[in-house]
Amino acid sequence: MTRAVFKNRWLPYLLVAPQLAVTVAFFFWPAFESLRLSFFKTSPFGDRSYFVGLENFEKLLVSPEYYASIVNSFIFAFGVTGLGVGAGLFVAALATQKIRGLVAYRTAVLWPYGIAPPIAGIIFLFVFHPSYGVLPYWLSFVTAYEFNWLLKGWVAMALVIIATAWTHVGYNIAFFLAGLLAIPASVLEAASVDGAGPVRRFAFVIFPLLSPITFYLVVVNLIFSFFGSFGVIHAVTQGGPGNATEIMVFKVYKDGFVGLNLGASAAQSVILMAIVIGLTALQFRFVEKKVTYS
Amino acid sequence: MRRMMPMWERAAWALTLSLLPLLVATPALARTEIQFWHAMGGQLGETVNELVKQFNDSQTQFEVKAVRKGSYPETLNAAIAAYRQKNPPHIVQVFDVGTQTMLLSGAILSVHDLMKQQEIAVAWGDFIKPVTGYYSKDGQLYSMPFNSSSPILYYNKDMFKKAGLDPEKPPATWKNVGAAAKKVLAAGAAKCGFTTSWPSWTMLENTFPWHDQPFATNENGYKGLDTKLLVNGEFGVKHIGQLAAWQKENVYSYGGRMGQPDPKFINGDCAMLIQSSAVIGNFSRTLKFAWGTGTLPHYGAPYKKLNTIVGGATLWVMKGQKAADYAGVARFMKFISEPHQQMWWHVTTGYVPITQTAIKNLEAGYHFKKQPDQWTALAQLSGKPTANSQGIRLGNFVQIREAIEAEMENIFAGKKTAKQGLDDAVAKGNDILKEFAAANKP
Repeated sequence: MTRAVFKNRWLPYLLVAPQLAVTVAFFFWPAFESLRLSFFKTSPFGDRSYFVGLENFEKLLVSPEYYASIVNSFIFAFGVTGLGVGAGLFVAALATQKIRGLVAYRTAVLWPYGIAPPIAGIIFLFVFHPSYGVLPYWLSFVTAYEFNWLLKGWVAMALVIIATAWTHVGYNIAFFLAGLLAIPASVLEAASVDGAGPVRRFAFVIFPLLSPITFYLVVVNLIFSFFGSFGVIHAVTQGGPGNATEIMVFKVYKDGFVGLNLGASAAQSVILMAIVIGLTALQFRFVEKKVTYS
Repeated sequence: MRRMMPMWERAAWALTLSLLPLLVATPALARTEIQFWHAMGGQLGETVNELVKQFNDSQTQFEVKAVRKGSYPETLNAAIAAYRQKNPPHIVQVFDVGTQTMLLSGAILSVHDLMKQQEIAVAWGDFIKPVTGYYSKDGQLYSMPFNSSSPILYYNKDMFKKAGLDPEKPPATWKNVGAAAKKVLAAGAAKCGFTTSWPSWTMLENTFPWHDQPFATNENGYKGLDTKLLVNGEFGVKHIGQLAAWQKENVYSYGGRMGQPDPKFINGDCAMLIQSSAVIGNFSRTLKFAWGTGTLPHYGAPYKKLNTIVGGATLWVMKGQKAADYAGVARFMKFISEPHQQMWWHVTTGYVPITQTAIKNLEAGYHFKKQPDQWTALAQLSGKPTANSQGIRLGNFVQIREAIEAEMENIFAGKKTAKQGLDDAVAKGNDILKEFAAANKP
């Protein structure tokens, strides 16, 4: 890796300054405010504020809804990541074939990534909603099974996992595609010559060479599905039915902006940040060892 | 050599210079702006804009600017954020469940005090009792009632005919609702008997006062902050248990929260719908079948029939404005409560008229004979409320409603019995109330 060399002493700092300003204003400052708020009980209009130490955290740790939201978040995150990365790899592998209209197919599979999550949520609502969705309407002609995810929690969870993975799969496909195209054909030819069929070629040559990208995508997908998945859940299920799809980041919103309980909401966001930092650190510590960098 | 100005250029300069005085004169014509934040969208939003235009056209000193900030919670959050930045709107529309939050906020000026300050006479006794009961403290009205509604029963007359039921007689008791639903199902006229929008608001928050049952201690939260919910008592378990049993037979079909179940009625899946009277205006324009309304079903003896409570929202006046602006705010509040505006608002939107004078005027014009559906909600709001039916005043009511509806979903999905679900809802609700009391120590 080459290092950039600047003749001017101040130029590098000047160039980085805007990004630093944005990072401080939109990440560090709110994070610090959240940390500070988590030690207070505040009235909605902000006119009353009482220091309560760790009480907000204590209340969370004895709340069954909070533990349920943690479990939901992990199920959701690993579901979205598994589905998104898995489907991404599969589609990317298909998109490396030499077929007509390849550019059109590649554009089509990348498109969903450009859709804002709430819009994706609304699209899924119009397809799947039990009261006015297209799919339940068609299904009603074929089967008597009531596709009512307003009452069945696991169906709602599956729905939001699929909707979120669908929006994010384009990102994974783009990276995998780049990775697959970067594998030199000579390596694959050598493997064929040695008698490896397509499956063994994939498992022992392609996948290991893709491992840096896979590792990166798993980390990014997990972080995304802990934080960025708010839009789909808010548009589709609002955490229902009965808290079945209430993930941690949604609970932060609900308690803070709907319930106007800023102290509890801030405490939750602090814990969420700690969990994701911990998860990422764990991944770097244990999984990165298995990654083969060229 | 200096250029000679051509004729057209001279004319252009003359025109421009002659318009200059207008720039100077405009400040003198400028009206004081009053910011009014609301949550009414679609057709209701257009009606609000029309009402504001009527006010602006009626005088020259003030101009009310109506801005839609999103849903009710979003509008409240916008007002809170603006207040924290020391730049609140003059008037903000807050929904019924935000009442306690607003009352204890220290950020508002009561309508009573505003009118006293501005020396504008208001006939406080003219407002209907369920409305003053909900939004008053110590006998003084705090917010100006604006869009009030109550839940009523909507039913599909065509389906009733097909099932052999009298299309002019909506079922008034829960027993008859069940019987009508079963007949409709048996005749294959519909896929489900009835559904309810805003499940907690219709089936608990209004059904309890309707039957003279206390929803919470401390007179439904009016008398103190150490309130506890009472929905898991005998009446609550009986009613929700009945709905859960009916859910199994498709007599009742749970359709989601807020207005999400509406399509089930509109599309002809369900024969009946319990929803706010505020959708009458919309239904009149969009429903493709014959329909009618009836009062919210009642169990009959031994429960008394009292009144339902008002839902919807009211207008709150925020502190922190220039003193001169409040004159305009007061004039706007007086304007919207006058009989003429009340009658127009009611006829256009379906929200109930909130003054006796307006109601009497409408009666004199045979309005309710021509539009009997508009009377249904008012019929439930007449009379003098008791401590159980004057309203419900709980802190963090939005969260409490969510907790209750989450448990209702567990009950209707068969995951918990009615008693279990309601017990859990009460436990969660009481916790939320304790949190509110701790953060809002007076």
